[in-house]
Amino acid sequence: MRLTTRRRSRVAPESTLVEALRQRLRPDQVRSGATELHLYRHDASNLAGRAEVVCFAESADDVRAVVEVANEHGVPFVPRGSGTGLAGGAVPPDGAIVISTTKMDRIISVDPLNRVAWVEPGVLNLDLSTRIAHLGVHFAPDPSSQQTCSIGGNVANNSGGPHCLADGVTSAHVLAVEAVLADGSVTVLGGVDPEPDGYDLRGAFVGSEGMFGVATKVCVKLTENPVDVATMLLDFGDVADGAQLVSDIIAAGIVPAAVEMMDQLCLRAVEAFIHAGLPVDQAAALLIEVTGLPHDVAAQVAEIRRLAVARSVGGVRVAADDEERALLWKGRKSAFGAIANIKPNYYLHDTVVPRHRLPDVLEQVYEIAERHELLVLNVFHAGDGNLHPLLVYDATEPGVTERVHAAGHEIVRASVAAGGVLSGEHGIGLEKRDLMPLMFSDVDLAAQAALRRAFDPAGLANPDKVLPSPAGCGDRHTVASAADGVWV
Amino acid sequence: MGLNGDELDEQLRLFAHEVGDVDPVTVMGLGSRGGAPGGPGVRTVRAPAGIGWVQPAEMTIRCGAGTPVDDVDDVLAEHGQCIAFPPGGTIGGALAVGRSGVRRLGWGPIRDTLLQTRYVSAAGDLVKAGGPTVKNVSGFDLCRLLVGSHGTLGFLGDVILRTRPRPVNQQWFRSDRDPWAVLGDLYRPTSVLWDGATTWALLDGHPADVVERAASAGMEPTDGPPALPEAARWSLPAAELAVLRDHEPGTFVAEIGVGIVHHTGPAPTRVADATVVDLHDRIKAEFDPTGRLNPGVAVLPGA
Repeated sequence: MRLTTRRRSRVAPESTLVEALRQRLRPDQVRSGATELHLYRHDASNLAGRAEVVCFAESADDVRAVVEVANEHGVPFVPRGSGTGLAGGAVPPDGAIVISTTKMDRIISVDPLNRVAWVEPGVLNLDLSTRIAHLGVHFAPDPSSQQTCSIGGNVANNSGGPHCLADGVTSAHVLAVEAVLADGSVTVLGGVDPEPDGYDLRGAFVGSEGMFGVATKVCVKLTENPVDVATMLLDFGDVADGAQLVSDIIAAGIVPAAVEMMDQLCLRAVEAFIHAGLPVDQAAALLIEVTGLPHDVAAQVAEIRRLAVARSVGGVRVAADDEERALLWKGRKSAFGAIANIKPNYYLHDTVVPRHRLPDVLEQVYEIAERHELLVLNVFHAGDGNLHPLLVYDATEPGVTERVHAAGHEIVRASVAAGGVLSGEHGIGLEKRDLMPLMFSDVDLAAQAALRRAFDPAGLANPDKVLPSPAGCGDRHTVASAADGVWV
Repeated sequence: MGLNGDELDEQLRLFAHEVGDVDPVTVMGLGSRGGAPGGPGVRTVRAPAGIGWVQPAEMTIRCGAGTPVDDVDDVLAEHGQCIAFPPGGTIGGALAVGRSGVRRLGWGPIRDTLLQTRYVSAAGDLVKAGGPTVKNVSGFDLCRLLVGSHGTLGFLGDVILRTRPRPVNQQWFRSDRDPWAVLGDLYRPTSVLWDGATTWALLDGHPADVVERAASAGMEPTDGPPALPEAARWSLPAAELAVLRDHEPGTFVAEIGVGIVHHTGPAPTRVADATVVDLHDRIKAEFDPTGRLNPGVAVLPGA
């Protein structure tokens, strides 16, 4: 960590750094006004830092120029997409340069037959699928924030989403990444061909949370649109029955495109928001989507019905048309917006447990929330065992923020103790950095640190995220908590 | 072939001890993918073999890296599941080489199957990478780095793999139609192969869907895929497979939509980018500073 100290002591006066950047980019691409700096001090997490300057890159050359200036001045830099990250991955360490890629939003090429596309990192996730829909293909990863999150952010966080159950997370849909590495060199990691020579640098880069460099072009794999789709809503009087059905379905050899669960509190909040006729008096509902060819889809729907009856299902609603399907999905994807009707603030967690542990871990989540006198809603990717407990509260209530954090830590610990992992799709960032030892030993973490050093020997690319600091080093960059964050 | 968790853990400790922290060492599987590099003064070790557990409802399996792929397939068959591995050899060998089978188009690459591993580092430590669940973004993705690294960064000890449902019904079809026309007509085929004259496709799913889809693509059922030329394995962008139209039919079998070509002729030479070479050197230096793991193995041939 001494490097950090030296770096900070060498930070040039603001005007020198900003001036150097303005010599490499157009002045309007380099912003250091109070408004911009305030805006870019946090992402969608409850954490905030302090950027020195924000650069709006329009090309790989721009990114390279900024990274070169960062190296010349010994100043850390933070790549940033749409800022929808929930783990603080895009929060700038004190005095950093934020590199925004939102203006790099071109779809460069699309090959619908061989199912690949080159895109710039600022292309929004849903925009890509919408703009190529007429070609019969889409980009499979679909985070709930897909209307606003960017492909570059998806690459940084190896993002998931409801449809990753059958199709896999972002890493499985990225063939190659053109990246500006931490020293300013530009290269392509991976390849459009299926077996590039050498180490899978593409695979190492995806999910590296901006700590290995900045993606400037991404070659994504496209997925053929399904011929037939059935979207089902099944409700249960007992959360455990719904959770158990998820394992039953998978064990029966069916891998639906998506299996999502909403508990009663969530169903009620969403129903008040979108009026979709959701089963608000039931304990939980599963939203299940199966896709494929017509006979396969019909057979899977029948089998899921049969299994559901054995788990005391209440109602089974199958969307009659695209309109009803869209309404059911709107319910799932707008859940977080609906929460505002209950309490003004919420904290969203993200852990994964083995599917068969869902019933008992959910029970623990309710118990933890009750003990801390908090309301908890559960809306999550049940098929993946990917929990998203949502603690809702009013931040003006004295002491509540401490209780939210304490409950959150207990939920993470309970998930890992059940054989699960710290994060399924939000990433580690700052939020869970110091919880990494729950999953990894010092030796395990040293191997991850070694990979980081290989990509970024100087430690300038988004420092202080993901890896906990060794004990005794107290000179990390300052990152202050935000009192007025979106999520807390 | 079954082991309980404690037995596998104990075998892992022994394996780590055997690898140790000094002198050149190589790891041996069944020798089906070229075998261990060996050489004078290089010790040979073998990874633990045996299946720790199968969790059908999780679609995961834990086994030693030295377990034969075919043994894993037999055990998974009892649960109606399988793994996206090419047949033969050991699990660790297949992962170390990182080559997928001809079902990659539908089943995805082998690199996506590795969820967690405990590998032995050059320092002789057991290091855990990844996590036991299918969805996991906790920390950097060392699993992807290890697949295809030919044992030059660490020796895989045990692994947790993602399984997939075993197709209840699958059938190979053939036709003399253009392979890209076939690819366009079929819905998510498991494999499409082409030798310059004939196109083969593997479809799985509900029998009625398979029959209807094959008929609409103008294909006839056939016994199986063609024999694959073994002299060379090319890797091209899928869109560039069209260059094979100028090659003698029958001298190759191309995986359409993927880009692998099994060819009788040598693969085109590739030159590695200097920045990529630097990155490789730095990674190797971090993970194996003395170069004791699988010495002499060139992971980046064009460097």
